[in-house]
Amino acid sequence: MSSKAQNVLFDVQGPRGRMLTLIFNIVGVLLVAAIAWYVLAQLGERGQLESSKWTQLFTARSWNNFFIPGIIATLRAAGVAVVLSVIFGLIFGLGRLSQVAVIRGISTVVVEFFRAVPVLVMMIFFYLGLGRTGLVQPTETPFWAVVLALMFYNGSVIAELIRSGVHGLPRGQREAGLVVGLTESQTLRSILLPQALTAMLPSLVSQFVVILKDTALGYIITYPELLASGRRLGSGDGNILQTLLMAAVIFVVINFALTSLAQWLSGFLSYRTSGKTKTPDAPAPAAPTPAK
Amino acid sequence: MSSYFSDFASLFEQFDVASAFWVNIQLTFFAAIGSMLLGTVLALMRVSPITSMRWLGAAYVNIIRNTPLTIILVFLVLGVWSQLQLNLSPDFNKNFFRYAVVGLAIYHAAFVCEAIRSGVNTVPVGQAEAARAIGLGFLPAARLIIFPQALRGAITPLGNTLIALTKNTTVAAAASVTEISALMKSMIEFRPDVIIAVFLTVAIGFVLIVVPVGLLTTWASRKFAVVR
Repeated sequence: MSSKAQNVLFDVQGPRGRMLTLIFNIVGVLLVAAIAWYVLAQLGERGQLESSKWTQLFTARSWNNFFIPGIIATLRAAGVAVVLSVIFGLIFGLGRLSQVAVIRGISTVVVEFFRAVPVLVMMIFFYLGLGRTGLVQPTETPFWAVVLALMFYNGSVIAELIRSGVHGLPRGQREAGLVVGLTESQTLRSILLPQALTAMLPSLVSQFVVILKDTALGYIITYPELLASGRRLGSGDGNILQTLLMAAVIFVVINFALTSLAQWLSGFLSYRTSGKTKTPDAPAPAAPTPAK
Repeated sequence: MSSYFSDFASLFEQFDVASAFWVNIQLTFFAAIGSMLLGTVLALMRVSPITSMRWLGAAYVNIIRNTPLTIILVFLVLGVWSQLQLNLSPDFNKNFFRYAVVGLAIYHAAFVCEAIRSGVNTVPVGQAEAARAIGLGFLPAARLIIFPQALRGAITPLGNTLIALTKNTTVAAAASVTEISALMKSMIEFRPDVIIAVFLTVAIGFVLIVVPVGLLTTWASRKFAVVR
């Protein structure tokens, strides 16, 4: 992917080009080192480099009482949200492909509405609304608010993925299904959908990264996830800068693993479907809304 | 039923919904400019022949893209502002607003960079070869030949990033900016009986902002598409 972009812009370099590259590399490294030095000096001046503030991150107390419960809460909300949004996505994705115009219309309105509303707005709504219904325990309200908001938003995105996955298959697949005597919905179920799901799997895994990242919004509605526990640890011990940094590192590590899995999957699965498994070069920070 | 609506309407006298939405639009505007500038520089770095620059750009994108926006904003306000005492403005509210703009720009720059890079991929190799053949170096070729075409090819992903940015301005609530989601929270806490109407007002407000941007993007991507 990147090698292609590079080849567009410059040729194989000659001796002069290599010399220039070397000079710029040295300048670049020096620049980065200067910035790092400045940041460290500023941190040191404000007493942020004291070793106790950093070593405390690696004590059993921090991990057992704060980071590990935080990771578990984050993964729990993300896990339940993943399952529910895949189910939601399947229902409304198939609804958008339905032969019945009314079902198609309702599914379209639902999907377009929930894709346009910010997740946080839904989260606050469920957080304050669920308590009034009495359906869930008060202590569990933040958890379900996070899960439901993530389900409605990401479920709608997955519904779109399913629809575009089916539309992205070669037309001959559907025609072949009809020719051998399957009905329209049998063709969808046994020919198109399995291939579409395989083709969309990499994008689906990328969407899981979005779900995992957005669980951090639960911090705003008092869900005790990783960011919230990092903050509690830091404000108790006076090293909030360090604990938030640690929480960010944990998020990056988990998400980076998921992103790598998505890239590997797209190569691995390309032999198993007639659809396109390639993830778009620029996965938008959230759902691409108008993909018409 | 009529009392429900009059209850709901009376909320608008106490809470200024329009100016809260205006804060979100301002956040979107400034963060869009910031992330566009930073994202373009990052994209230039990622396609440049200089290894260290490419590495730096890739590291930025991979780290920021995998970090939740909420952490970035909380880190800026609780870490950078309160621990390092770095003021962006003497005015208390303006300070938080500017921190929110900086956080949103830092986060979305990674996505702008990837959008532009995908635009660069739409430019045929022959264009760059032709640019080199007439003697243009890397920067002139990028400025005169590649980027004008790449930007036009990147309109759709850039539009998607803009839509995501618009919706993500609500996360500025984590940086203590009183924008629409924070206002919605206090509206519901004040009058919990009209929660559905309040939610629908805010939700439809976002639909009304986001859908025209989407339509505009689709129109612009067709209008400015490079005919090849």
